[in-house]
Amino acid sequence: MNIMPSSVRQRIRSIMFKLPLMITCAEFEEFITAYLDGSLNNKQRRIFEFHLAVCRECRDYLAAYRSAMTVTRDVLDAETADTLADVPEDLVSAVLATRIPQNRR
Amino acid sequence: MNLPESTDLDSGTGQKLAPLAGRDKAATEQFVRANLGWMLAVARRIVVDGSIAEDVVQDAFSNVFRHLEAFRGDAALKTWMHRIVVNQALMALRKQSRRNEQPIDELLPEFDAAGCRVDEPSMLSHLAQTPEALLLSSDRRQQVLANIDRLPDSYRVVLMLRDIEELSTAEVAEMTGLTEANVKVRLHRARAALKKLLSPLFEGTAL
Repeated sequence: MNIMPSSVRQRIRSIMFKLPLMITCAEFEEFITAYLDGSLNNKQRRIFEFHLAVCRECRDYLAAYRSAMTVTRDVLDAETADTLADVPEDLVSAVLATRIPQNRR
Repeated sequence: MNLPESTDLDSGTGQKLAPLAGRDKAATEQFVRANLGWMLAVARRIVVDGSIAEDVVQDAFSNVFRHLEAFRGDAALKTWMHRIVVNQALMALRKQSRRNEQPIDELLPEFDAAGCRVDEPSMLSHLAQTPEALLLSSDRRQQVLANIDRLPDSYRVVLMLRDIEELSTAEVAEMTGLTEANVKVRLHRARAALKKLLSPLFEGTAL
Protein backbone atom coordinates (compact mmCIF):
# COMPACT_ATOMS: atom_id res chain seq x y z
CA MET A 1 0.00 0.00 0.00
CA ASN A 2 2.86 2.38 0.82
CA ILE A 3 4.18 2.94 -2.68
CA MET A 4 4.44 6.71 -2.28
CA PRO A 5 6.69 8.23 0.38
CA SER A 6 4.56 9.51 3.23
CA SER A 7 5.70 13.11 2.69
CA VAL A 8 4.21 12.99 -0.81
CA ARG A 9 0.99 11.38 0.42
CA GLN A 10 0.77 14.04 3.07
CA ARG A 11 1.10 16.82 0.52
CA ILE A 12 -1.57 15.30 -1.68
CA ARG A 13 -3.88 15.01 1.32
CA SER A 14 -3.27 18.57 2.43
CA ILE A 15 -4.23 19.84 -1.04
CA MET A 16 -7.21 17.50 -1.30
CA PHE A 17 -8.62 18.51 2.08
CA LYS A 18 -8.97 22.09 0.86
CA LEU A 19 -11.52 21.14 -1.82
CA PRO A 20 -15.22 21.98 -1.26
CA LEU A 21 -16.97 19.68 1.24
CA MET A 22 -13.62 18.36 2.38
CA ILE A 23 -12.30 18.66 5.90
CA THR A 24 -8.83 18.19 7.34
CA CYS A 25 -7.94 15.40 9.77
CA ALA A 26 -7.82 18.01 12.53
CA GLU A 27 -11.40 19.04 11.69
CA PHE A 28 -12.44 15.40 11.41
CA GLU A 29 -11.09 14.87 14.92
CA GLU A 30 -13.48 17.51 16.31
CA PHE A 31 -16.52 15.66 14.98
CA ILE A 32 -15.75 12.14 16.21
CA THR A 33 -17.80 12.21 19.42
CA ALA A 34 -20.80 13.73 17.68
CA TYR A 35 -20.48 11.17 14.86
CA LEU A 36 -20.42 8.26 17.31
CA ASP A 37 -23.38 9.78 19.21
CA GLY A 38 -25.35 10.02 15.99
CA SER A 39 -25.77 13.76 16.57
CA LEU A 40 -24.33 15.06 13.29
CA ASN A 41 -26.90 16.36 10.80
CA ASN A 42 -27.09 14.68 7.38
CA LYS A 43 -24.76 17.12 5.67
CA GLN A 44 -22.16 16.96 8.43
CA ARG A 45 -22.35 13.17 8.46
CA ARG A 46 -21.81 12.98 4.70
CA ILE A 47 -18.76 15.24 4.96
CA PHE A 48 -17.41 13.21 7.88
CA GLU A 49 -17.94 9.90 6.07
CA PHE A 50 -16.43 11.25 2.88
CA HIS A 51 -13.25 12.15 4.75
CA LEU A 52 -13.32 8.69 6.28
CA ALA A 53 -13.56 7.15 2.83
CA VAL A 54 -10.60 9.05 1.39
CA CYS A 55 -8.26 9.18 4.40
CA ARG A 56 -6.70 5.91 5.49
CA GLU A 57 -5.01 7.53 8.49
CA CYS A 58 -8.33 8.67 9.92
CA ARG A 59 -9.96 5.32 9.11
CA ASP A 60 -7.26 3.52 11.09
CA TYR A 61 -7.41 6.13 13.80
CA LEU A 62 -11.18 5.85 14.24
CA ALA A 63 -11.00 2.05 14.29
CA ALA A 64 -8.31 2.20 17.01
CA TYR A 65 -10.31 4.82 18.92
CA ARG A 66 -13.36 2.56 18.93
CA SER A 67 -11.30 -0.49 19.87
CA ALA A 68 -9.86 1.39 22.83
CA MET A 69 -13.44 2.12 23.96
CA THR A 70 -14.40 -1.54 23.55
CA VAL A 71 -11.33 -2.84 25.37
CA THR A 72 -11.95 -0.41 28.22
CA ARG A 73 -15.56 -1.47 28.52
CA ASP A 74 -14.70 -5.18 28.36
CA VAL A 75 -12.02 -4.88 31.01
CA LEU A 76 -14.26 -2.88 33.34
CA ASP A 77 -17.10 -5.37 32.78
CA ALA A 78 -14.75 -8.17 33.78
CA GLU A 79 -13.77 -6.21 36.90
CA THR A 80 -17.45 -5.73 37.76
CA ALA A 81 -18.09 -9.46 37.36
CA ASP A 82 -15.20 -10.17 39.76
CA THR A 83 -16.52 -7.66 42.28
CA LEU A 84 -20.01 -9.19 42.10
CA ALA A 85 -18.63 -12.69 42.53
CA ASP A 86 -16.62 -11.77 45.59
CA VAL A 87 -18.45 -9.22 47.72
CA PRO A 88 -16.42 -8.53 50.88
CA GLU A 89 -18.32 -9.91 53.88
CA ASP A 90 -16.77 -7.40 56.27
CA LEU A 91 -18.22 -4.61 54.17
CA VAL A 92 -21.68 -6.24 54.29
CA SER A 93 -21.37 -6.41 58.09
CA ALA A 94 -20.13 -2.84 58.32
CA VAL A 95 -23.07 -1.54 56.28
CA LEU A 96 -25.57 -3.59 58.29
CA ALA A 97 -24.04 -2.41 61.55
CA THR A 98 -24.86 1.19 60.66
CA ARG A 99 -28.49 0.30 60.04
CA ILE A 100 -29.57 -2.51 62.31
CA PRO A 101 -28.96 -0.99 65.78
CA GLN A 102 -31.70 1.50 64.92
CA ASN A 103 -34.18 -1.41 65.13
CA ARG A 104 -33.98 -1.21 68.84
CA ARG A 105 -34.82 2.45 69.18
CA MET B 1 -25.33 0.60 32.60
CA ASN B 2 -22.80 -1.79 33.93
CA LEU B 3 -25.19 -3.17 36.48
CA PRO B 4 -26.87 -6.53 36.64
CA GLU B 5 -29.87 -6.10 34.39
CA SER B 6 -32.64 -6.37 36.89
CA THR B 7 -32.79 -7.39 40.49
CA ASP B 8 -36.24 -8.00 41.89
CA LEU B 9 -35.81 -4.68 43.64
CA ASP B 10 -36.59 -2.85 40.45
CA SER B 11 -40.11 -4.17 40.17
CA GLY B 12 -42.73 -3.16 42.70
CA THR B 13 -40.37 -0.77 44.42
CA GLY B 14 -42.92 0.44 46.97
CA GLN B 15 -43.77 -3.04 48.25
CA LYS B 16 -40.16 -4.13 48.37
CA LEU B 17 -39.17 -1.06 50.31
CA ALA B 18 -41.86 -1.34 52.96
CA PRO B 19 -39.99 -3.89 55.11
CA LEU B 20 -36.82 -1.82 54.78
CA ALA B 21 -38.55 1.33 55.87
CA GLY B 22 -39.90 -0.68 58.78
CA ARG B 23 -36.31 -1.78 59.49
CA ASP B 24 -36.92 -5.48 59.08
CA LYS B 25 -33.52 -7.05 59.71
CA ALA B 26 -33.74 -9.87 57.18
CA ALA B 27 -35.10 -7.60 54.47
CA THR B 28 -32.34 -5.07 55.14
CA GLU B 29 -29.67 -7.72 54.81
CA GLN B 30 -31.20 -8.99 51.59
CA PHE B 31 -31.32 -5.45 50.25
CA VAL B 32 -27.69 -4.80 51.17
CA ARG B 33 -26.50 -8.06 49.62
CA ALA B 34 -28.45 -7.43 46.41
CA ASN B 35 -26.88 -4.01 45.91
CA LEU B 36 -23.49 -3.90 47.57
CA GLY B 37 -21.61 -5.63 44.74
CA TRP B 38 -22.60 -3.33 41.91
CA MET B 39 -22.26 -0.26 44.11
CA LEU B 40 -18.74 -1.29 45.06
CA ALA B 41 -17.89 -1.83 41.38
CA VAL B 42 -19.10 1.70 40.55
CA ALA B 43 -17.12 3.20 43.45
CA ARG B 44 -13.93 1.34 42.44
CA ARG B 45 -14.18 2.59 38.87
CA ILE B 46 -14.38 6.18 40.03
CA VAL B 47 -12.06 6.39 43.04
CA VAL B 48 -9.72 3.50 41.99
CA ASP B 49 -8.41 2.94 45.55
CA GLY B 50 -10.12 -0.16 47.00
CA SER B 51 -10.41 0.94 50.61
CA ILE B 52 -11.67 4.39 49.69
CA ALA B 53 -14.22 2.65 47.46
CA GLU B 54 -15.43 0.66 50.48
CA ASP B 55 -15.84 3.89 52.49
CA VAL B 56 -17.78 5.35 49.58
CA VAL B 57 -20.15 2.38 49.57
CA GLN B 58 -20.73 2.67 53.32
CA ASP B 59 -21.49 6.37 53.02
CA ALA B 60 -23.73 5.73 50.02
CA PHE B 61 -25.74 3.12 51.93
CA SER B 62 -26.18 5.41 54.89
CA ASN B 63 -27.42 8.06 52.46
CA VAL B 64 -29.80 5.57 50.88
CA PHE B 65 -31.15 4.48 54.27
CA ARG B 66 -31.51 8.06 55.44
CA HIS B 67 -33.60 9.01 52.42
CA LEU B 68 -35.42 5.75 51.83
CA GLU B 69 -38.61 6.91 53.52
CA ALA B 70 -38.68 9.97 51.30
CA PHE B 71 -38.07 7.91 48.14
CA ARG B 72 -41.31 8.13 46.21
CA GLY B 73 -40.45 5.79 43.39
CA ASP B 74 -40.42 8.65 40.90
CA ALA B 75 -37.26 7.12 39.40
CA ALA B 76 -36.25 3.48 39.38
CA LEU B 77 -34.76 2.63 42.75
CA LYS B 78 -31.53 1.47 41.17
CA THR B 79 -31.16 4.65 39.13
CA TRP B 80 -31.59 6.68 42.31
CA MET B 81 -29.05 4.57 44.21
CA HIS B 82 -26.63 4.73 41.29
CA ARG B 83 -26.65 8.52 41.42
CA ILE B 84 -26.07 8.43 45.15
CA VAL B 85 -23.02 6.19 44.90
CA VAL B 86 -21.61 8.16 41.95
CA ASN B 87 -21.99 11.44 43.83
CA GLN B 88 -20.43 9.96 46.94
CA ALA B 89 -17.51 8.66 44.88
CA LEU B 90 -16.99 12.04 43.20
CA MET B 91 -16.87 13.72 46.60
CA ALA B 92 -14.30 11.21 47.84
CA LEU B 93 -12.24 11.70 44.68
CA ARG B 94 -12.08 15.45 45.21
CA LYS B 95 -10.43 14.86 48.58
CA GLN B 96 -7.78 12.53 47.16
CA SER B 97 -4.43 13.73 45.94
CA ARG B 98 -3.55 12.06 42.75
CA ARG B 99 -0.97 9.48 41.83
CA ASN B 100 0.86 9.14 38.56
CA GLU B 101 -1.37 10.85 36.07
CA GLN B 102 0.08 11.90 32.74
CA PRO B 103 -0.61 15.40 31.31
CA ILE B 104 -3.40 15.13 28.75
CA ASP B 105 -1.50 17.21 26.16
CA GLU B 106 1.07 14.44 25.74
CA LEU B 107 -1.68 11.98 24.93
CA LEU B 108 -3.66 13.83 22.27
CA PRO B 109 -3.35 13.15 18.53
CA GLU B 110 -1.00 15.31 16.49
CA PHE B 111 -1.51 17.10 13.19
CA ASP B 112 0.88 18.89 10.85
CA ALA B 113 0.48 22.53 9.78
CA ALA B 114 -1.96 21.52 7.03
CA GLY B 115 -4.18 19.68 9.52
CA CYS B 116 -3.08 16.19 8.42
CA ARG B 117 -2.87 13.43 10.98
CA VAL B 118 0.68 12.43 11.83
CA ASP B 119 0.04 9.65 14.37
CA GLU B 120 1.78 6.32 14.25
CA PRO B 121 -0.59 3.59 13.06
CA SER B 122 -1.95 1.54 15.96
CA MET B 123 -2.48 -2.22 16.14
CA LEU B 124 -5.68 -1.38 17.96
CA SER B 125 -7.28 -0.57 14.62
CA HIS B 126 -7.22 -4.28 13.74
CA LEU B 127 -8.49 -5.45 17.07
CA ALA B 128 -12.06 -6.03 15.98
CA GLN B 129 -11.02 -9.42 14.58
CA THR B 130 -9.08 -10.49 17.65
CA PRO B 131 -10.57 -13.17 19.87
CA GLU B 132 -11.82 -11.76 23.13
CA ALA B 133 -9.91 -14.26 25.26
CA LEU B 134 -6.65 -12.81 24.03
CA LEU B 135 -7.66 -9.32 25.04
CA LEU B 136 -8.81 -10.20 28.48
CA SER B 137 -6.01 -12.32 29.88
CA SER B 138 -5.45 -11.34 33.47
CA ASP B 139 -2.12 -9.63 32.66
CA ARG B 140 -3.73 -7.67 29.88
CA ARG B 141 -6.55 -6.59 32.14
CA GLN B 142 -4.13 -5.28 34.74
CA GLN B 143 -2.18 -3.40 32.08
CA VAL B 144 -5.34 -1.83 30.69
CA LEU B 145 -6.47 -0.79 34.18
CA ALA B 146 -3.06 0.71 34.97
CA ASN B 147 -3.22 2.75 31.77
CA ILE B 148 -6.76 3.97 32.37
CA ASP B 149 -5.42 5.14 35.71
CA ARG B 150 -2.81 7.29 33.96
CA LEU B 151 -5.52 9.56 32.57
CA PRO B 152 -5.86 12.78 34.56
CA ASP B 153 -8.85 12.43 36.92
CA SER B 154 -10.76 15.30 35.37
CA TYR B 155 -10.78 13.37 32.07
CA ARG B 156 -10.94 9.83 33.44
CA VAL B 157 -14.05 10.62 35.48
CA VAL B 158 -15.92 12.04 32.49
CA LEU B 159 -15.02 8.91 30.48
CA MET B 160 -16.25 6.65 33.29
CA LEU B 161 -19.48 8.53 33.79
CA ARG B 162 -20.34 8.79 30.08
CA ASP B 163 -18.99 5.54 28.60
CA ILE B 164 -19.20 3.14 31.52
CA GLU B 165 -21.90 4.45 33.86
CA GLU B 166 -23.81 5.59 30.75
CA LEU B 167 -24.98 8.87 32.22
CA SER B 168 -26.07 11.58 29.78
CA THR B 169 -23.95 14.63 28.96
CA ALA B 170 -26.41 16.77 30.93
CA GLU B 171 -26.24 14.49 33.97
CA VAL B 172 -22.44 14.44 33.92
CA ALA B 173 -22.37 18.23 33.59
CA GLU B 174 -24.64 18.55 36.61
CA MET B 175 -22.66 16.10 38.74
CA THR B 176 -19.22 17.50 37.91
CA GLY B 177 -20.06 21.20 37.61
CA LEU B 178 -18.64 21.29 34.06
CA THR B 179 -20.53 22.80 31.15
CA GLU B 180 -22.05 20.33 28.68
CA ALA B 181 -19.64 21.54 25.99
CA ASN B 182 -16.75 20.85 28.32
CA VAL B 183 -18.06 17.37 29.12
CA LYS B 184 -18.08 16.59 25.39
CA VAL B 185 -14.56 17.90 24.85
CA ARG B 186 -13.21 15.99 27.84
CA LEU B 187 -14.93 12.79 26.80
CA HIS B 188 -13.33 12.98 23.38
CA ARG B 189 -9.90 13.83 24.75
CA ALA B 190 -10.11 11.06 27.32
CA ARG B 191 -10.97 8.51 24.63
CA ALA B 192 -8.24 9.79 22.32
CA ALA B 193 -5.71 9.69 25.17
CA LEU B 194 -6.77 6.19 26.10
CA LYS B 195 -6.32 5.09 22.50
CA LYS B 196 -2.75 6.35 22.69
CA LEU B 197 -2.12 4.78 26.10
CA LEU B 198 -3.56 1.39 25.15
CA SER B 199 -1.97 1.13 21.69
CA PRO B 200 1.49 -0.04 22.90
CA LEU B 201 -0.16 -2.90 24.81
CA PHE B 202 -1.38 -4.37 21.57
CA GLU B 203 1.80 -4.04 19.51
CA GLY B 204 2.87 -7.43 18.28
CA THR B 205 -0.52 -8.93 19.01
CA ALA B 206 -1.10 -11.87 16.67
CA LEU B 207 -4.02 -10.98 14.45
